[in-house]
Amino acid sequence: MSWNWDHVWDSLPFLLEGFVQVTLLVTVVSSAIAAVLGLLIAIARRTAPAPIAALLTFVVNFIRMTPIVVQLVFAYFAFLALDALTVGILVFGVHYATYMAEVYRAGIDSVPKGQWEATTALSMSRSRTWRAVIMPQAIRATLPALGNYVISMFKDTPFLIAITVADMVSNALEYGGDHFRYVEVIVLAGVLFLIASYPTSLAIRKLEERIAFTT
Amino acid sequence: MPSPHDLDPSTPAIRFEGVEKRFGDNVVLQGLDFEVARGDRVTLIGPSGSGKTTILRLVMTLEEANEGYIFIDGEPLTHTREGGKRVALKERHRNEMRKRIGMVFQQFNLFPNMTVMENLIEAPVHVLGLSKADAVERGRELLARVGLVGKEDAHPSSLSGGQQQRVAIARALAMDPEILLLDEVTSALDPEIVGEVLEILRDVARTTDITMLIVTHEMHFARDVSNRVMMFDGGRVIEQGDPETIFTAPTQERTKSFLSAVLGA
Amino acid sequence: MNDDLSALWAAIPQVLEGMGITVTLTVLGSALAFVVAVVFGLMARSRTLVVRGFARVVIEFFRGTSLVVQLYLFFFVLPQLGWEMSPITAGVLAFGLNYGAYGAEVVRGSIAAVPAGQWEASTALSLSPVHRMRRIIIPQAWALMIPSLNNLLIQLLKGTAIVGFITLFDLTVALDKLRIATDLFFAYGFGLVLYFVLAYILTLGMNALEVRAKHRLGQGESLREALSFRTPDARGSVA
Repeated sequence: MSWNWDHVWDSLPFLLEGFVQVTLLVTVVSSAIAAVLGLLIAIARRTAPAPIAALLTFVVNFIRMTPIVVQLVFAYFAFLALDALTVGILVFGVHYATYMAEVYRAGIDSVPKGQWEATTALSMSRSRTWRAVIMPQAIRATLPALGNYVISMFKDTPFLIAITVADMVSNALEYGGDHFRYVEVIVLAGVLFLIASYPTSLAIRKLEERIAFTT
Repeated sequence: MPSPHDLDPSTPAIRFEGVEKRFGDNVVLQGLDFEVARGDRVTLIGPSGSGKTTILRLVMTLEEANEGYIFIDGEPLTHTREGGKRVALKERHRNEMRKRIGMVFQQFNLFPNMTVMENLIEAPVHVLGLSKADAVERGRELLARVGLVGKEDAHPSSLSGGQQQRVAIARALAMDPEILLLDEVTSALDPEIVGEVLEILRDVARTTDITMLIVTHEMHFARDVSNRVMMFDGGRVIEQGDPETIFTAPTQERTKSFLSAVLGA
Repeated sequence: MNDDLSALWAAIPQVLEGMGITVTLTVLGSALAFVVAVVFGLMARSRTLVVRGFARVVIEFFRGTSLVVQLYLFFFVLPQLGWEMSPITAGVLAFGLNYGAYGAEVVRGSIAAVPAGQWEASTALSLSPVHRMRRIIIPQAWALMIPSLNNLLIQLLKGTAIVGFITLFDLTVALDKLRIATDLFFAYGFGLVLYFVLAYILTLGMNALEVRAKHRLGQGESLREALSFRTPDARGSVA
């Protein structure tokens, strides 16, 4: 069976539709949710009273150590009022927030103790300390790791098939089923992932080197 | 390959011929020529960045020269001249050459996944082909010599810096090298234990005929142990002679200012 | 709740069957991933451009093209090209190669992270490259790579939850059956806890490996010490 370019050109618009309308959309919106929620979790774990922080830690670990696919299906049935795409965006946002919270935590921990002591010596308020001193130093070092999670989320978006969201891979399967021919469409889907993710990870590696070099 | 012991005794242990070493655009050594006779103890002094450590690393083949030739017992180390061209020698040849050379590092570099005795016998057993029993016996003798009897089964991480460096000296000696390279071996140690390490090296110098190439900031040690001192600056030898002359009556202005800075501190 | 429990009781054979598939895929997939990680991690360090280039292409391909796509590649595409394989084989290949590619980067990075002084001391003792790698570098790199390998192992376990896509009856599919017999919160609450427990067991195992590897490097306590029951006071005095 030889490679047939007709299937590639035939299916490309259909795949791109799924890519833009679902894959990219979920990656962008869920990344934003994860970045903000992750930061809130990291700060809460450091500032909340011990029992609440411990409970939060447990919940975060539980979400982190269980499959996102199971969480997707669970949320899909639990929030039947919401459409599947919205559920997917929320679950991806929350799941990846638990990863990103760890990244922020490491970043916050990497700020030297002397910085906290200096803000105390200057009688700076807690919120001013976080905003003006700690976060600017912590976040810079976390950018590459956060970026890598965005790429990883991007490649996890086909998990949405489990809740019937028509992403790029799901469109590829549909085309493949209609034409009894999976070779070109699946390879094409893989190539589209690679085209988007490889340059991004190279850029992140560059960023990583620059940050390592300047600090 | 003839055993080095059959060689003409006048053949220098180490010979540099027009050696140049660059790191990127930075020329660390240029057109360097010098010889070290067998049994010599040569100390290299000079400001940091003057290329002293690079010389040791070139002899150990940890770095490769960009130009020129290095000979050990008259044999080329990493490159040879063939029909006027500089030709790199095979890894197998280099490995044979390395067996004659030992090195003690500033940071000790003991293997943390092995006990003291395992550190001492690893290379003698697997490189020289000694039986394990012979290697262990020799290891015990060397441990006695560096004053660490009873530490055979200790892990390097449980030893003090001075003890680790003494094990590292024993490990280098276990290979029975003809040439021993000492790269700032006391620089990472607390001042109060520098003496115990240097005392062992003085003893090695007294009781063996190993050729030594030494980089150190311990000028008293350099004076006691070496029979020749070479002052480096800007990748060149600017002055050399016996320690007495160099330390008491240097002729070059830069040697004078370097020595007064080091000794005055 | 009582109804749920009796329904759960009735569903236990199904849950066990699903869990068997999940565990099988995790064990076989991670075994293949480990081999792939070591082989390609070492190849990615080769001085020969062809070897290094081949390793890089394979690593970047499997890291860059999404696990789900690879799963379908082995399940739909290869059979159409004449390579028939069972769904289990397709799953093991996809998980082994995908997570193995990530693992190769961990192996490569850990080897590079062994201090330069260790390489130099090995050279100064004339140890051969193979001997140096086997006896000096790998034992030290191993201790460095375990935490990252543990992360990948947990990712792999969680990743197996998609094999329902290729008709396999794993734990996640079994939970969907349980959901119909009981109710949503009971079934998925139970299922998530099962996954959590599996992940926790794997983590404990990997932590034990890490304690042992570090102890061999003279860091920290031995595994026996770490596992023994002591009062906090006695623990403090060990150091």
